[in-house]
Amino acid sequence: MNAKNTKKLKRTVIEPLTRVEGHGKVTLLQDEKQQIVQARLHIGEFRAFEKFIQGRPYWELPVIVQRLCGICPVSHHLAAAKATDMLVGAKQISPTAEKMRRLMHYGQTLQSHALHFFHLCSPDLMFGFDDAIRHRNIVGLIEDQPEIAKQGVLLRKYGQEVIRLTAGKRVHGTGAIPGGVNKSLNHDEVKYLNKDIDQIISWAQGAVALIKRIFFEQLDYNLSFARIESNMLSMIGNDGSFDNYHGGLRATDKQGKIIFDQLDYTKYRDYFKEGVKNWSYMKFPFIQSLGAENGWYRVGPLARVNHCDYFATPLAERERQEFKAIGNGKPIQSTLAYHWARLIELLHCAEAIKLVLQDPDICGDDLINKGKIQNTGIAVLEAPRGTLLHHYEIDDDGIVTKANLIVSTTNNNQAMNESIRQVANQYLSGNKLTEPMLNQIEVAIRAYDPCLSCATHAMGKMPLEISLIDNNNRLIDRLEKRVTGRIDRTL
Amino acid sequence: MSNKIKIATASLCGCFGCHMSILDIDERLFDLVGKVDFDRSPFTDVKTIGDCDIGIIEGGVANEENVAVLREFRKHCKILVAIGACAIDGGIPAMRNSFSLKECLVESYIDGIGIDNPMIPSDPELPLLLNKVRPIHEVVKIDYSVPGCPPSAETIWTFLTELIEGKSISYPYEQIRFD
Repeated sequence: MNAKNTKKLKRTVIEPLTRVEGHGKVTLLQDEKQQIVQARLHIGEFRAFEKFIQGRPYWELPVIVQRLCGICPVSHHLAAAKATDMLVGAKQISPTAEKMRRLMHYGQTLQSHALHFFHLCSPDLMFGFDDAIRHRNIVGLIEDQPEIAKQGVLLRKYGQEVIRLTAGKRVHGTGAIPGGVNKSLNHDEVKYLNKDIDQIISWAQGAVALIKRIFFEQLDYNLSFARIESNMLSMIGNDGSFDNYHGGLRATDKQGKIIFDQLDYTKYRDYFKEGVKNWSYMKFPFIQSLGAENGWYRVGPLARVNHCDYFATPLAERERQEFKAIGNGKPIQSTLAYHWARLIELLHCAEAIKLVLQDPDICGDDLINKGKIQNTGIAVLEAPRGTLLHHYEIDDDGIVTKANLIVSTTNNNQAMNESIRQVANQYLSGNKLTEPMLNQIEVAIRAYDPCLSCATHAMGKMPLEISLIDNNNRLIDRLEKRVTGRIDRTL
Repeated sequence: MSNKIKIATASLCGCFGCHMSILDIDERLFDLVGKVDFDRSPFTDVKTIGDCDIGIIEGGVANEENVAVLREFRKHCKILVAIGACAIDGGIPAMRNSFSLKECLVESYIDGIGIDNPMIPSDPELPLLLNKVRPIHEVVKIDYSVPGCPPSAETIWTFLTELIEGKSISYPYEQIRFD
């Protein structure tokens, strides 16, 4: 849906998107009959990590590149560390190193999912898309649902504490290094994390129960809102289990049929391309064999829970089966089901942390393996928001000469655009603009938990002002959101 | 309106890590919302900043939009605070200053690995990038800086509570030592 001649069309802007991590805006173009003929999510910020890490020594990668995102730094830290494992020829890292890294990543996913659900999205889901702007946030949640807010804050805190003890600090730690880790846990640290883990699991179960209650209250609506049919991509454990640290790539089509499975990600260049469009700094990846038009896909919790054959922990596995049941053997394509899948993963991470904490290897002292230096390092893992790829080339002195980063949110770029088109067509076409209508566009985007910080590595916010301009470029309607939360028609 | 202290926050060319560190005050968030009102911030849907007591800026300045947001904050905030390395000196994103902007764009959109349909995005909907990433004090006057990448939650808590109480701010040593 791209308009050929945009001059005669009405333009509507939603800017900035809020309660997403990063800065984006949406533009909508309508014809004389107010039918939507074009809807786009624009990402207008750009950093240049792939360029400016050239010339740096490879061992800086895990600490520099994680700084493209403060929300999932551990995922970037570990993806870079895995790529540098390959660079230093560490074919296998020690059991202690692998378990420390896995523990770190469970903590990361737990805290990121808690943040997304409780701090950012729960106000939409609990108070309604049309709740008062001033109230539609974490402070509103603290005031109205203090117990749920407390659990959200403490779930996130626990994930951050796991990260602090495995990585050294909560944001931008240093725990993973080429070929392994620089620390393991001592017994006091294990004891400290064990103290609250049963409570955390129980709150995670509560979170899943909460999202199920919300989802089933308006099942048909939640199944159809912003629904699109797409291919899906995720990494999967070698035995088909859910695995967010290591495995092969699985891609399926709209019907759930396998496109490829257990793909060795070091061959990604033969399978993926990234398209560029003039109107966004965020690229558009696709599966090469299917082409740009049909090869786009979705990543993240929805793809992972659809894809995995099982969770290795019992509570999450039971929830997965219940989730899958609503699909009747087909993949679940509902966009709002992202929230449900995300909280099943949150529960799995809590259970998995408990298991790792019982493993004596995490207190081991065999931390680093090394081999013969190689020039290419490629790694994939599943960040909270989806499949994340880091690829580095170094010269014989260990200096970075080339880099490619395909981050989770970029993988969802086309899908987010498709979803907002769906919402625009269904709810905005032919209507006079209202704030709740525009929030619906944002609700569709939020479901993907986009991290535009990752995708563009920059963020910023502008006041929200929506203008309708007619064919003659005349302003015919304008809404502004006030500080008080009031919306005024300022024309 | 209440007599609570009003705080607005924004992240410009940063990674959101400083905002994460603010949330890392954990349960103390409940105390904080008893003392302050959040105005415009990525955590709220308030998109137009009103008059505030304290404005907190994460990130440096990398495009024209960042400049506009920063100036709005200066206009509306009695006290403006630079939080974290990027706001204070440009930080990691300022590493692109060793290259020309064109070199950076060519690497990402023309010469990158696996690029289909190579071109440099230039739609008028995209804000213009600055040639160099700048610290925010080069654009507006800054009243306080809180260093760190990111500053720890403890550092931020000391800063906010002492500022709100009208004290001069003093950090224990461990709150201003890094990595």
